[in-house]
Amino acid sequence: MNHSLQDIRQQAAISAKVFIQRDYTNGTVCQFQTKFPSELENRIDKQQFEETVRTLNNLYAEAEKLGGSSYLEGCLACLTAYTIFLCMETHYEKVLKKIAKFIQEQNDKIYAPRGLLLTDPIERGLRVVSFTKTLNSH
Amino acid sequence: MLHLGVAEPMRDCEYSQISTRSSTPMETPFKKRTPKRRKWQAFPGRNKFYCDGRIMMARQTGVFYLTLVLILVTSGLFFSFDCPFLSVKLTPAIPVIGGVLFVFVLGTLFRTSFSDPGVLPRATPDEAADLEKQITNCSSSGYRPPPRTKEVVINGQTVKLKYCFTCKIFRPPRASHCSLCDNCVDRFDHHCPWVGNCVGKRNYRFFYLFILSLSFLTIFIFAFVITHVILRSHQEGFLSALKNSPASVLEVVVCFFSVWSIVGLSGFHTYLISSNQTTNEDIKGSWSSKRGKDNYNPYSYGNIFTNCCAALCGPLPPSLINRRGFVESDTSQPTPPTNGITMYGSTQSQSHMAAATPLMQTETVILTNEGSLPGRTSLGGPCSGALPLGGQPTPPTSNPNLSSDSDMLPLRKDHIDGLHHHHTDGGHHPFLTPEEAPSPPGMLPCGSPVGHSHTVQGFYNPASQDSLHEDSVRGLVKLSSV
Repeated sequence: MNHSLQDIRQQAAISAKVFIQRDYTNGTVCQFQTKFPSELENRIDKQQFEETVRTLNNLYAEAEKLGGSSYLEGCLACLTAYTIFLCMETHYEKVLKKIAKFIQEQNDKIYAPRGLLLTDPIERGLRVVSFTKTLNSH
Repeated sequence: MLHLGVAEPMRDCEYSQISTRSSTPMETPFKKRTPKRRKWQAFPGRNKFYCDGRIMMARQTGVFYLTLVLILVTSGLFFSFDCPFLSVKLTPAIPVIGGVLFVFVLGTLFRTSFSDPGVLPRATPDEAADLEKQITNCSSSGYRPPPRTKEVVINGQTVKLKYCFTCKIFRPPRASHCSLCDNCVDRFDHHCPWVGNCVGKRNYRFFYLFILSLSFLTIFIFAFVITHVILRSHQEGFLSALKNSPASVLEVVVCFFSVWSIVGLSGFHTYLISSNQTTNEDIKGSWSSKRGKDNYNPYSYGNIFTNCCAALCGPLPPSLINRRGFVESDTSQPTPPTNGITMYGSTQSQSHMAAATPLMQTETVILTNEGSLPGRTSLGGPCSGALPLGGQPTPPTSNPNLSSDSDMLPLRKDHIDGLHHHHTDGGHHPFLTPEEAPSPPGMLPCGSPVGHSHTVQGFYNPASQDSLHEDSVRGLVKLSSV
C-alpha cells in the first residue's frame, strides 16, 4: 500500500513541475529555450509564455553584456583591488534584482491566477526555469 | 524509513501525538529542535569551508600553504636584507614598488584561492527525474543514440554536451567536472594545487593577475638581489659580499627556479586568454586546426583585444551556490547521498565501475536501512564519506533528506526501490564508451608546459586516479564494518 501511494505521489510530484532548459545555441550566454512545453498547453497560451521567456533572456543578455560600462566597472574594480564591491553591487547583481522583480510581477499578474508558479532560475543555479503547478487538477 | 510514508497521510488525525515522538524539524513546526544549518554545511562537493562559508577551498590545501610560505619568506628576506642597502644606495622607490607588487600578489592569490570558481549546483531531485524521463523517452523512440549526450550547434561548430552522473545535469558548454573537488565548474580551466582551488569562470581573472604579478615580483626581486650583490662586491669583494648577505643567495635560488615556470605559465595563459580558450580545451586540442580544416573556436570574439577584455574586465557573474544561506527543510535538496554513491562510480573509469558496482549497490541498501546516512560526508562517494577527513564538519544528526514532504518522495522511492533503480543505472554504464564517460579533467596539473608540469604531473596524475580507487575500496570496507 505504501508503495503505490508513493508511486502516485511521485507521479504528481514530477508532473507538477515543468522545466524549461537552457538554450546553448548562442554560446555560453544564459538563455532559455522558448519552445512551448506541451504540459502547459491548457494553462497558459503560447504567446504569453514566449514573451515571458524572451524577456528573461533579454535581461540575462543585458547582465552579461560586454561594453563600455562593464569594462569601466571591471577596470575600476581592479584598480581598487575589488574592495569597491564592498560598497556597491556589480552590474550583474543589479540585473538579477531586476529579474527577481520581473518574476514576482509575472507571478502576481499572470501565473498565480492560472495556478502556476514561476521560480527564479538563480535559485536553480541558472539551469532551468521551472513552472510549478499549484493546483493538482488537470 | 518506511514508517514516515505511512505517517504522512495520518498526520492530520494524529498531529498532536506525532509532534512528541518525531525528531524531524518538519513535524514540530512550533519548536525548532535542530538549529538552522547553513547551506555550506550541506554542500555535496569535496570542498572545505572557512569563516562560516565565506571562504571556499579544495580539499587538499598543503601545496597552497607552500606557495604562501615561499612568497612570504622570499619577499620578507628581500625587504629585510636587500632593501635597506638598495634604498640607500639607489632609490627608496625600490621597496615601495616591491611592496605594491607584494600586496597585489597576495591579494590576487587570496581572491583566487578563497572564492567560488563557478561551481554549478547539483540538480534537485525533480529536475533529475525530469531529465531521466526525457532521456528514456528519447531512447525508446526507435534508434538508439549515444546515451546521455546532447549536441548543440554554437556559432557553426557542433559541440557535444555531456551528462554528468554525479551532478545529474547536462553540463553547459565549457563546463567540466573536477574529480578532485567533485563539482561541475563552469568554464573549467584546471584544478590548481598551488592555489588550492579550481580555476573557473569566476576566478580566472584573479588567477591570471596572480601569476602575472608574481612573474613581475619574481623578476623584480631577482634583478635587485643580483644588483645588490654586485654593488656590494664592488665595495668588499664578491665572497665577503655573499657572506654579509646570505639571504640573497637563498632568494636568488628560489627566484631563479620560479622564474622559468611562472613566467612560462603567464605566457601560456596570455595566449589562452587572447584566443579565448581554457587550459582544458587547449590540452585536448578541441579547437585546433589539426582536427579538421573547419575546426575553429566558436567562443572567440575574433580579435585579441576583445578576447582579453572579455576575460579580464567582463562582468563578474555571481556565485550560483548560496553558501551562507540557510538550509530550508521544505525546499528540494540537491542530489541525495544514496544516488551519489552509485553515481560516483561512474565518474571513474569503466574498469573500476565493473568491480565496484555490485558492492556499492549492497552498501546503498545497508545504509538506507540504517537511516544513519550522514547527509554531507557520503555525497562524495563511499570513500570520502567513510574516511575520517580532517577539517570536515561533523555530519548532521537529523538527516534533512529524510524529512517528509512531497519533494522528497521521489528520493524515498529511490531508497525503497534502491536496488532496482540502481540496477537500471548500472545497466547503462557498460554502454558508455570511454569517450562518453565524464572526463576527469581535474587531474590536469597547474603547471607550465615548459618543464614544471612534469613534476606536478608526477605528483598528481597517477596518485589521484589510484588514490581515488583505493579510497573507494577502503571506504567500502569501512562502511561494511559499520
